[in-house]
Amino acid sequence: MPAAILLIAFTHYPTVATVIDSLFSKATAIRPSRFVGVLNYQRMLDDPIFWKVLANNAWFALGTIPTSIALAILMALFVNRSIPGRSLVRMAYFTPTVLPMIAVANIWLFFYTPDIGLIDQIASWFGFSGHNWLGDPTTVLPAIMVMTIWKEAGFFMIFYLAAMQNIPPELEEASQLEGATRWYYFRRVMFPLLMPTTLFVLVNAVLNSFKLVDHLFVLTKGGPDNASNLLLYYIFETAFSYFETHFAAALTVVLLILLSVMALLQFFVLDKRVHYR
Amino acid sequence: MSGIDICELGKQWGAVVAVDRVSFRVAEGSLTVLLGPSGCGKSTILRLIAGLENVSSGSISIGGNEVTHLDAARRGVSMVFQSYALFPHLNVRENILFGLKVRKISQSERRSRLEEAAHMVGLEDLLNRKPAQLSGGQRQRVALARSIVSRRRVCLMDEPLSNLDAKLRAEMRDEIRSLQKKLGLTMLYVTHDQVEAMTMADQVVLLRKGRVEQTGRPHELYERPQTTFAAQFMGSPPMNLLKLDLIEDRSALAAACGGSLPAARFADGYVGVRPEHVRVGQSGLPVRVSATDYLGAETVLRMVHGGQTVFGKIDGHRRYNPGEQLHVSWPEEAVHRFGADGIRIEDPQRVSS
Repeated sequence: MPAAILLIAFTHYPTVATVIDSLFSKATAIRPSRFVGVLNYQRMLDDPIFWKVLANNAWFALGTIPTSIALAILMALFVNRSIPGRSLVRMAYFTPTVLPMIAVANIWLFFYTPDIGLIDQIASWFGFSGHNWLGDPTTVLPAIMVMTIWKEAGFFMIFYLAAMQNIPPELEEASQLEGATRWYYFRRVMFPLLMPTTLFVLVNAVLNSFKLVDHLFVLTKGGPDNASNLLLYYIFETAFSYFETHFAAALTVVLLILLSVMALLQFFVLDKRVHYR
Repeated sequence: MSGIDICELGKQWGAVVAVDRVSFRVAEGSLTVLLGPSGCGKSTILRLIAGLENVSSGSISIGGNEVTHLDAARRGVSMVFQSYALFPHLNVRENILFGLKVRKISQSERRSRLEEAAHMVGLEDLLNRKPAQLSGGQRQRVALARSIVSRRRVCLMDEPLSNLDAKLRAEMRDEIRSLQKKLGLTMLYVTHDQVEAMTMADQVVLLRKGRVEQTGRPHELYERPQTTFAAQFMGSPPMNLLKLDLIEDRSALAAACGGSLPAARFADGYVGVRPEHVRVGQSGLPVRVSATDYLGAETVLRMVHGGQTVFGKIDGHRRYNPGEQLHVSWPEEAVHRFGADGIRIEDPQRVSS
């Protein structure tokens, strides 16, 4: 019952309120808010920034999720063996997740700073001239993607490591005796057994990629020319910089629908192919 | 050509010696049981032979070829693990055929081998099930089938029955033994259960703390244990071992041992007697009954003489009350003698017989 109260107060009611809000026009001093139906949604379809932001988000998700999952598995495989200083390496991988996102963004801001930033300084030793990584519309999104991968991979690694340690070592020994290579074992045994983890991580990664807002706040504010703007940051700007709360509500509804569709897709399509013990 | 030759095999982890110069051989087509308490190194020896651990010293030959440092897959051995090591996401068919697929054996060959093996272990109707949908005994059969389809002549088994209940265990014991005979497999079987060793083995290798304590046929180990450890490990309840230093009334002991043994030969060490040879009567060693266990066909008596426990196995149901004073004796030929160091002392007159 207390859980139901919390859910209703902080999840269900705001959702319904957002949907209702999105159907009204913006209130001004001389004209009160009135019902406008789907006008906010029509405006969205005509809004080039909305489309740009959506495309950015799609690229962002495609660029970060597979890479960070692959990296996470690789790192987990690496620290799942007995190597010297194993717990130290594990901790190092996990550090990006522990750090507050704003602090992380500030560190990377230093890396990316033109000319005096870490990347440009190293590049200058090899004779490359400075580059404004965050100021160039073509490099700003990849730059943020790299940072996100760095942050997410370590977090996902923990889940993979836990899953790997649940796989009995006899399975590897049995396939070793049958003459299976390590790659064959990974492909036919370990990866399928990691599928529940992959599904969980995938859902989380997709949600995270649409929820990203704090990095943008510190690093780029969505710029230049919306080249690094993502959906949630656009909603934030619309609502609290331009005070277009009803338009922002409409955007939020779209975000909610997108997320639910993706979560449902993942569960229903992938679930059939996942082996749970 | 699939006999196994183990010569001076050793395995160390740092300062810990797990296997200490172990030598034995398994004749082609026979079943050898590695027997011992937990931590005696029996599983380690099996893993060394399989190639899952690196050998520290000594050598392993299979079928006349030295394989000491050969890759596990190329030794031509199959293995059944204690946990069965079935792949949980694959069904029974895929589990059985896993190795054949790895080795790229043709589709038709795979199908015929699968049919044969599934028929042999009675899994025909369960081929599409996942391991989680099988009972313990059925999982065991899948593991056996996986070993059968490999057509490898040497089969290693690591406590394969320890996860099964008693009734099923007896059943699978017979089944494994008859499979081994039918297919002519050379089998090395690890267990801590002396009943499995007694009933299945052509040869038993008894291990203790990484060393071979005694090697021989099951009845040899039972009837002529070479050490007090072997004497007590085989048989249930274990052989009675009376420490001679602690027995003051030597004439009573001599009377218990048939009356004709010279007291001088009982200076120190141990006298061993199997519980089934103990007779309860009016003469012999005085004992006090401390407990009785009625087992149906027989009754096990636990008796005490001067702080030393004597077990006796008596036919049928006889009532003795705890605290009752009795006398026990046994035939002279049932006596085993062990020195103070625990090593068997052969009676020169009895060796010839």
